[in-house]
Amino acid sequence: MTEGLGLVGIVLVSHSAALAEGAAELVQQISGGATVVPAGGTDDGGLGTSTARIEAAIDDAEAGSGVLIIPDLGSAVLSTRAVLADLAGETTARLVDAPFVEGAVAAAVAAGGGADLDAVAAAAEEARDAAKF
Amino acid sequence: MDTSAFQAWVHEASLLITEHATRLTELDSAIGDGDHGINLRRGFQAADDMIEKSESDTETPGAVLRTVGRALISKTGGASGPIYGTGFRQAGKALGDVTEVDAVLLGSALEAAFNGIQQLGAAQLGDKTLLDALGPAVVAYQAAVGEGGDLAAATRAAADAAERGLAETIPMLARKGRASYLGERTIGHEDPGAASTALIMRALAMVAAGETS
Repeated sequence: MTEGLGLVGIVLVSHSAALAEGAAELVQQISGGATVVPAGGTDDGGLGTSTARIEAAIDDAEAGSGVLIIPDLGSAVLSTRAVLADLAGETTARLVDAPFVEGAVAAAVAAGGGADLDAVAAAAEEARDAAKF
Repeated sequence: MDTSAFQAWVHEASLLITEHATRLTELDSAIGDGDHGINLRRGFQAADDMIEKSESDTETPGAVLRTVGRALISKTGGASGPIYGTGFRQAGKALGDVTEVDAVLLGSALEAAFNGIQQLGAAQLGDKTLLDALGPAVVAYQAAVGEGGDLAAATRAAADAAERGLAETIPMLARKGRASYLGERTIGHEDPGAASTALIMRALAMVAAGETS
């Protein structure tokens, strides 16, 4: 993933593989080269979250400047927290409380512009206050 | 309780959850996403298998619980995986590497499990979660030990309190997890997580009393 080298990576964690992949595809278009990796569904492709998929996605998204993780609901948050507790000290990946789609878009734009992890996380969080129309 | 007693606990819990998987899933269908029984059965069966085959370090009671935690986190698939996984891991850490666990040390482990789960999900008592079964269980356990009760008496008190706690979740309004989106619709049902916690605590009491199958 040399394209996103030096940029903050983004991981989208969802209960649904299709939802995570669709959101990642949408966001990748405007990410300015920052890496966006989906981590949706269980190991066997069902609805749920997989710590193995989340961990692999963090690894894939890391391009040297940290990783921002945006979860959808419930176990996406808890599974990610479990992974981060496991990786304590080995990763700078950060879980953020942000709207799944709008937060991912805002984060990707910030990441593509070369913002650091703090600024990318702030962009995702601020998306909560953005009016749709 | 020695290492084999902790292995027996996991096995008994797996059997009880398998036996009640349909009921757990029905409870979850009423107020959540309807996968609690299926997910937890998968997680506990994976944990039980892992211990039985000694695929990981299972030399001490603490190691058994830490292995269970890892298995639940990686194999369950729903929110109950990281929740119960964290509970078992924290309990396992609290046991350290001793080979024989007395009533006082098991109390510390149960408390560590409660605190770990509370921290992970940031739920409070009364939010209609498994903490509403585990919290009363830990309190009853500590009270029984304080009165000089042995492991069998204290774990029985804990299991009884977990079942009472489960009943008390019926009128509660869910404030955490998927159920919280359903608001008022969650009133009038047992919380599925509290129901599975009651089973896990019952399994512990059965093992401590030597009543395993």
